[in-house]
Amino acid sequence: MDVTPSAAAPVVRLIEEFHKLPGIGPKSAQRLTYYLLRAPEEDAKALAEAILEVKEKITFCSVCQNVTDRDPCLICANSERDPSLVCVVEEPLDILALERTRSYRGLYHVLHGVISPMDGVGPEHLKVEELLERLKGGSVQEVILATNPNLEGEATAMYLDRLLRPLGVRVTRLARGLPSGADLEYADDLTLTRALEGRQEMS
Amino acid sequence: MTTPRLYKTEAIVLRQRKLGEAGKIVTLYTPNYGKLDAVAKGVRRPKSRLAGHLEVLTHTMVMLAQGRNLDVVSQAQAMESFASLRADLHRLSRALYAVELVDRFSPEGAENYHVFQLLLVTLRRLAAAGNVDTVLRYLEMGLLSLAGFQPQLAHCVSCERPLPAAPNQFGPAAGGALCRSCGPKVAGSRPLSLNALKVMRLLQSSSFGEVSRVRIGPDLGQEIEMHLRAYLVHVLERDVRSAAFIDRLRREDFWQPAGVSS
Repeated sequence: MDVTPSAAAPVVRLIEEFHKLPGIGPKSAQRLTYYLLRAPEEDAKALAEAILEVKEKITFCSVCQNVTDRDPCLICANSERDPSLVCVVEEPLDILALERTRSYRGLYHVLHGVISPMDGVGPEHLKVEELLERLKGGSVQEVILATNPNLEGEATAMYLDRLLRPLGVRVTRLARGLPSGADLEYADDLTLTRALEGRQEMS
Repeated sequence: MTTPRLYKTEAIVLRQRKLGEAGKIVTLYTPNYGKLDAVAKGVRRPKSRLAGHLEVLTHTMVMLAQGRNLDVVSQAQAMESFASLRADLHRLSRALYAVELVDRFSPEGAENYHVFQLLLVTLRRLAAAGNVDTVLRYLEMGLLSLAGFQPQLAHCVSCERPLPAAPNQFGPAAGGALCRSCGPKVAGSRPLSLNALKVMRLLQSSSFGEVSRVRIGPDLGQEIEMHLRAYLVHVLERDVRSAAFIDRLRREDFWQPAGVSS
């Protein structure tokens, strides 16, 4: 990376570390570094400790594969949630989005990725085995496939559907249609078709 | 070719990758500008007006604004979204292979109208009924020809004598078929049955209509696929990644091998 050679070695090192993070270019890396140089020491310490703590304490939940600091995770351990319902998502962040709705009371399963043949990512790279293992217990009655409604997400959902259906479990897919606040005239054909198919009685 | 600041073009979406907070870079194959990358802003937000029109495997009409570095998609309207491709895992896996192959064969910005046409008809054929694997073989042979890597199948690439109507060999590194006496001297050559040679010649010289009327059994289909894949890996100097998913689906035998023998 091209930093001014006159910068002190520790500064260069920190810039390079920031530069490795996603979405951080060389300029942002420099800005963050010089911000921290000027910031109070306790702020910098708090950041360093937070990073270390995340790496030391966070593991994957043995049930749902979500990131957690205890095993099983808070959601899996919650006895008020419905264990017969499992919602399959691509990433841990998707759980946050679904939890924000406060309208889902079942459990989750995180795949940690999505089938993407062109990038060489196949089912063997995802937490699919773990899902199958989990369903063998027999207490799960419905699996909701909540992968993203794009090409890779659909491919993953179709793949899982074929894999899960023979197990006698009910397999459902998140509905697809128009987002609130959308314009009909800008909707693509696939979305509009699905929206028509999934129309509901006014109530 | 000079392009105006704002220009409109047909395109097939080959690939996407994430950009920043909510954007994506889409790789488009266009009839007149070849392969190009463009920025699609905000397409990862649910209310995006562009997202549905820029999915991979969509034949779309886009309005592009020249940017300093990459062009920016300002409008998009899907022309064909190939719904039947997306609804069937085994067709979808083939279609992904098709776009990856075109992506690998195409340098950025090199215009090639024939490649665009070939990809478009390939997607249409994959979306329709019929033998999906024959469609891919036809695409592979077509791309090889358009790129100047047509395998030599008329005579032995080594001794240049006509190939006898008997089992021969195929040498990916040699660039084509080899007779039985030359074959063993070339590293990596494998047995090539007479029927496979005939079908490969047909793929090279005939229309898709003619090829699709030929009955290709599973074993023969596999042999031709193996030779062409080995040759493609040699030419491209890398694996075509999507092939692994097709192989996996086959292994797991999820789908009835629809049309494989027809």
